Amino acid sequence: MEETFTYRLWRYDGAQGELIPLLQSAQEHFGYIPRRAIKYISAVTGIPEAAIYGVITFYSQFRLQPMGRFVIRVCDGTACHVSSSRMLIDAIQDELSIEVGGTTADGLFTLTTVACLGCCSLAPVMMIGDETHGRLTPASVRRILKDVRRKAAEAPSESPKPACGVNP
Amino acid sequence: MKKLVVGMGTCGLSAGAQASYDRLRELSQGSECGLSITGCIGMCFREPLVEIREEGRRVIYGEVTPERASEIWNRHVLGGELVSDWVAASWSGGEAGGSERDFLALQKRIVLRNCGIIDPESIGEYEEQGGYSALRKVLFDMTPAEVIEEVKASGLRGRGGAGFPTGLKWSFAAASPGTVKYLVCNADEGDPGAFMDRSVLESDPHAVLEGMIIAARAIGTGHGYIYCRAEYPLAIRRLETALAAARGRGYLGGDILGSGLSFDIRIKQGAGAFVCGEETALFASIEGERGMPRIRPPFPAEKGLWQKPTNNNNVETYANVPWIITNGAAAYAAIGTENSRGTKVFALAGRVARGGLAEVPMGMSINDLVMGIGGGIKGGRTFKAVQMGGPSGGCIPASLGETPVDFENIPKTGAIMGSGGMVVLDDTTCMVEIARFFLEFTQNESCGKCTFCRIGTLRMLEALERITRGEGRAEDITLLEDLAGKIKEASLCALGQTAPNPVLSTLRYFRNEYETHILEHRCPAGSCLALVEFRIDPGKCTGCTLCARNCPVAAISGERGKTHLIDTAKCVKCGRCLSSCNFSAVLKA
Repeated sequence: MEETFTYRLWRYDGAQGELIPLLQSAQEHFGYIPRRAIKYISAVTGIPEAAIYGVITFYSQFRLQPMGRFVIRVCDGTACHVSSSRMLIDAIQDELSIEVGGTTADGLFTLTTVACLGCCSLAPVMMIGDETHGRLTPASVRRILKDVRRKAAEAPSESPKPACGVNP
Repeated sequence: MKKLVVGMGTCGLSAGAQASYDRLRELSQGSECGLSITGCIGMCFREPLVEIREEGRRVIYGEVTPERASEIWNRHVLGGELVSDWVAASWSGGEAGGSERDFLALQKRIVLRNCGIIDPESIGEYEEQGGYSALRKVLFDMTPAEVIEEVKASGLRGRGGAGFPTGLKWSFAAASPGTVKYLVCNADEGDPGAFMDRSVLESDPHAVLEGMIIAARAIGTGHGYIYCRAEYPLAIRRLETALAAARGRGYLGGDILGSGLSFDIRIKQGAGAFVCGEETALFASIEGERGMPRIRPPFPAEKGLWQKPTNNNNVETYANVPWIITNGAAAYAAIGTENSRGTKVFALAGRVARGGLAEVPMGMSINDLVMGIGGGIKGGRTFKAVQMGGPSGGCIPASLGETPVDFENIPKTGAIMGSGGMVVLDDTTCMVEIARFFLEFTQNESCGKCTFCRIGTLRMLEALERITRGEGRAEDITLLEDLAGKIKEASLCALGQTAPNPVLSTLRYFRNEYETHILEHRCPAGSCLALVEFRIDPGKCTGCTLCARNCPVAAISGERGKTHLIDTAKCVKCGRCLSSCNFSAVLKA
């Protein structure tokens, strides 16, 4: 991503309807939307901070807290739901000792659920970062998490995927 | 000369297509055999799919792991032998074969005409299939009014759910006064269980772009937006590639193909709000606001995006348009039923054996879809119901399986066509729990503007939660029905107006399940955790002790290496033993 948040802000030319793309690139840049990003955006666009905050809290993509290096999004759409996605969530909560919405103490994982990833015929499904995993069982989920953890330990310097860039 | 084609839609990729593609690339290096990618052909249940094309023959192999890819390479590509065990579908001469040949044979593919055939990242392949010839026809051989008449005559109705006649909608926007107008493509496919728009965008993005450019000509607008869910990163990437390629060929931008039409399209990414699928909320979101619906009238054709005349259609609707222009309105109108012309793409998912995308003529029966194309229920269980229309829809029981699927007959059952999601439910699905699931969804996604939608759905959800916990009260059913009527009446947009549908339709057909939960504290489907008992299958238990270590109340006993036992008196039914067991030895009933 060469197009960083500041670059985008600099280029802002007063065009209508740019608030959400600006927030998306802020989140891409920082991993979440820090207070100072709201201040910048408000100063440049002239939109009051309170209104920006209102938009942030309306959309589930935006986060006001930092996220883990790997964002796990378990699909709880209809097809996944009837294919026991709840059991996957339980297994992940158990494996990582976090609740939905939480981040592990080592900052590696954040667990979220999503309404539907649109991979219904591979249900139950989850995404870790940008990668989709399908036809899961509690056992395979635990295996995948261990794999990710091992690889992360092997390559700690590798920059994290845009945890909440194109897809939060 | 053989050519290998790997299915690389999201469904293929999440089943591991990348590794198979990498393996085939290694193997094919230096050989004459071509290798390319394609989108989704719809047989998601057999992903990853690899097709081998050669003179007079096409073979699609299913579940192609890298190991299988090597074997297929050696035996089929090099050896010329058909590896028949893994063939999902094949065509040789005029003859179809393979275990899933019915899946494709029963379909009529218009929207999906290029899906799984062409490389979605190559505009050249789209053009080879006749792509952008409809646009040329519209630009040089037809007037805008003739285009609108053609779409009207085809009988095409909006595929996003409401089914409004597309040509009529275009004529309103065209007739609206003003020099600045907008064209919007709604790709905010939010219904859980629907994934046809994602698939079309990933597999044939140019079809959508061509449809939009044709609409732009018909209506007279220079600015287009595609509002796509951020949850579809691959669709957005392929759209961006397609937009750049279309600009490069002069299909987008100023003075398109020298016709004088100037039109360009921007992608706007959604930010995760289901209500933004509602068009006025979608406009608010494009404008950078909270995505809250606005009062209609004025309708979008008069005052839509930025208060300008706007035409909004969904992905599948636009993808139909080039075919209609090329083949003529009469050819399209000849398919389907009296008031529902053409085809519809359905996303089959849930407990169905063949989950995937299928495009069929309007009016095909639910049974033909689920049992014929879908191949029946997974694991030989019993077909109980089909959920159509997502959170705004309803459950149609198996007893109404002969209902034709079209805009007239589906609403009579209490469900809606919706965008075409069909989630098949079997006898292990609890209908109260399904209703609760949808109410939780709409409750979460209610934007909060209308009181009945904001608070009424919460009260309904609380009642449903009570019932699934076995704490339902006798008056809860009446309460649900009462609230449902009021929410429908007092909500501004379709989200609230339809939110009670899943509850009403399950009450209509499965009222006894509600009553059993409330009066007998029992879940007939054995699904509601609070109402079932857990036990361990001695035949499967290996005595690994994992469940015992995971049990928060120490209700599981047993020595290492011996069958474990659950003390049902102590058990709090949290389900952790079930989710932790690696041998599927924990049963609930």
